[in-house]
Amino acid sequence: MAAELQRTLDSAGSAVARAAATDLAQGVGRAALIFVATVLAALALAAPLIIAAGSDPITAYTALYEGSLGGQRPFAETLVSMTPLLFGGLAVAIAFHAGLFNIGVEGQLVAGGIAAGVVGIYVSTWAPVHVLLALLAGAAAGALWALVPAALKAWRGVHEVITTIMMNFVAFSVSQFLVKPGGALEGEIPTGTEPVQSTAELPRIWDPTRLHLGIVAALVVAGACWYFIYRTPGGYRFRLVGANPVAARFNGISSSRVIVEAMLLSGALGGLTGAVEVLGTHRRFLDSFSPGYGFDSIAVALLGALHPVGVAAASFFFGLLRAGSTQLQLEADITRDMITVISGLVVACVAARLLLSRRAARLGQGD
Amino acid sequence: MVEMLEIFDMNWVAQGIRLSVPLIFAALGGLLSERAGVINIALEGKMLFGAFAGVAVTWWTGTNVVGLIAALAVGAGIGWVHAWFSITVRADQIVSATAINLFALGVTAALIPAIWEGGRANTPGVERFRRFEVPILADLPEIGTVFSRLSWFDYGALALAPAVWLVLWRSPFGLRLRACGESPEAAASVGVNVIRTRYTAVMLAGVFAAMGGVYLSLVQNGLFQRGITNGRGFLALAAMIFGKWRPIPVLGACLLFGMADSYQLRAQSKSDLPVELFQALPYVVGLITLVFVGRAVAPAAIGRAYVKD
Repeated sequence: MAAELQRTLDSAGSAVARAAATDLAQGVGRAALIFVATVLAALALAAPLIIAAGSDPITAYTALYEGSLGGQRPFAETLVSMTPLLFGGLAVAIAFHAGLFNIGVEGQLVAGGIAAGVVGIYVSTWAPVHVLLALLAGAAAGALWALVPAALKAWRGVHEVITTIMMNFVAFSVSQFLVKPGGALEGEIPTGTEPVQSTAELPRIWDPTRLHLGIVAALVVAGACWYFIYRTPGGYRFRLVGANPVAARFNGISSSRVIVEAMLLSGALGGLTGAVEVLGTHRRFLDSFSPGYGFDSIAVALLGALHPVGVAAASFFFGLLRAGSTQLQLEADITRDMITVISGLVVACVAARLLLSRRAARLGQGD
Repeated sequence: MVEMLEIFDMNWVAQGIRLSVPLIFAALGGLLSERAGVINIALEGKMLFGAFAGVAVTWWTGTNVVGLIAALAVGAGIGWVHAWFSITVRADQIVSATAINLFALGVTAALIPAIWEGGRANTPGVERFRRFEVPILADLPEIGTVFSRLSWFDYGALALAPAVWLVLWRSPFGLRLRACGESPEAAASVGVNVIRTRYTAVMLAGVFAAMGGVYLSLVQNGLFQRGITNGRGFLALAAMIFGKWRPIPVLGACLLFGMADSYQLRAQSKSDLPVELFQALPYVVGLITLVFVGRAVAPAAIGRAYVKD
C-alpha cells in the first residue's frame, strides 16, 4: 500500500517536474526568440541611418563583425567590453525589479573608478587583498553616489531619473577636477592618474589580449544577482515593491526602505562597473574612460528582460557593438555615436513590443 | 571677497535670464505634458533634436527663421512619436522616453560628420538670432544693461509662463487638459477626448522643448555641438518639480537655476576657484532645491496609461 502510494506520488511528482521543465523550455525559447527579434529589428531600423551617415549597412555590419568576432583579439575585446556592460546591466536590472529606474550608472561608474584608482595607487598590501579592497572601495563609492537619489526618492518622492542624471554631471565635474593638469590625482599622462600598483591589478587571463579576470567576476556576480532576486526574501521584497507598492505595504514591507536598499545595491554594482574597468582594463583612472557604458547598460537590462541570464546575453551583444565600433569608424567612417543610436532603438523596440503582444492577444481571441 | 560680490551686477542678471531661457521653454513643455498625465523624461532628447534641426536647416537654407520653423516642426514630430509610444502603445512612459533620449543623443552626434565633412563634434557656425536694444528702456541707468542684452526669445520665454497659466487655468482647453492628468476616466465620462488631448499636450511639449534647443544652438552658440543640451532637459524637469507643476513658480525655479549658472560662469573668470567644480553648480543647486519640495504634488494620473472602454 505504502509502496503503491509512494509510486503514485513519484509519478505525480515527475509529471509536475516534466511539466515545469516543458514550461521552462518554452519560456526560455520564447525569451530567446524575443531577444533575437528585438536585436534584428533594432539593427534593421538603424540601417537607413547608417546610409544617411554616408555608408551602407553591409559595409557597416561587416566591419562590426570583423571588429568583434573576427579573430582572437577582436573576440577578447568583445569580452573586455562585455564586462562593464554586464555589471552595469545588472545594476539597472536590480533597481528595475524594485520599480526604480537608475540611469545614473554612468556617474556611479565614474565614482567607483575614482575610488578604486585611489585605493589601487595609495594603499599598499598583498595582491588579492589589495584588489578586493579596491573593488570594495569602488562599490562603496558607487553606492554613495546613489545615496542622494535614493534619499530624495524615499523621503521626497522625487523621480530617480532626474536625480541620478544630475548626479552624473556632478561626477563628470569631480572627475575632471581631480585629473586635470595640477589636479589632486594628476598622473604622467594627460587627464589620467598614476597607474595602480601591480598588486591592485585584475590579472589578465588570455595572452596576448587585454582580457582580464573581470569577466569571470561579472559572471559570478550575475549568478549572485539571480540567486538574490529569485531565491531570497530580500529579492522577493524588491520584486513585490516593484510590482505593487500598495500590496507590499499591506504585507508590512516599507517601500521607502526597499527603495533605499535597491538604489544602494544598484549604485554599488554601478561603482563596481567602473572599478573593474579601472583595475582590469586601464590599470589607472582616466577621465571619461567610459564610452557610455552606463547608458548602454539601460538597453542591456531592458533587452535582457531584467533576468540575469538575459542581461548576460544582452551585454555580450552590446560588447560586440562596442568592440566593433573601432572597426566601424575605420572602415565605414561612422562614429561610435551610432552605437548609442542602436541602444536607443533597442530600448524603443522593447517599449513597442507591448503593442505587438497586445495585437497578438487580440488576434488569438478572434477579435 | 569684494570681487566675488561684484559679480552680482546687471550683466549677471542679463546672462542669468539668457541661461534660464532654454530651461523655461523645456520646463513649461514638460508641465503641459505632465499636467495631461504623461511623464516627460524625453525633454532632453527633444531639445537635442530641435537644436540640431535648427542648425541643419539654417545651414542649408541660409535663413535662420526657416531653421527655427523646421526645428519646431521636428519638435512636434518627435512629440508625436513620444505620444504614440506613451498613449497608443501604452508603453512604460519612462522607458519610451529613455529610448528617445538615447536615440537623439546618438543620432544628432552621428550625423555631424556625415553632413559636414571634417567636423567631428561641432557643426560649422550659422547665422544667429541677434539680441536687440529696447528703445528708451535700454538707455536707463543700470537696468538698461538688461534691456540691451536680450533677444525676442528671452522676452518670449518670460511671457510664455503667464500665457501657459492663462491657458491651463482660464480656458476650457486647459481645464480638459488638467482633467486628463488628474482623472482621465472622469474626464472621458463628461465627453473629453482623453487620447486627443494628451496627444496635443505631448506634441506641444515637443515644440516647447525644441524651442529650448533652438535657443541653445541658434541664439546662444550659432552652431550645434555633440550633446549641446548637457542635461538641461533634466534640469528643466527638476525646475518643473521644484515649481510644483505651476507655471509661475516653475518660471521662478528656472530663473534661479539660470542665475546660479550665470554666477558660476562669472565667478570662474574672477577667481582661481576650480572651473570644473563650478560647472557642477547648477546641478548641485537643482538637487538641493529638490530636498525642499513637499511630497505628492504631481498630477494624480501621471504616468498612467488611459485605456478607452
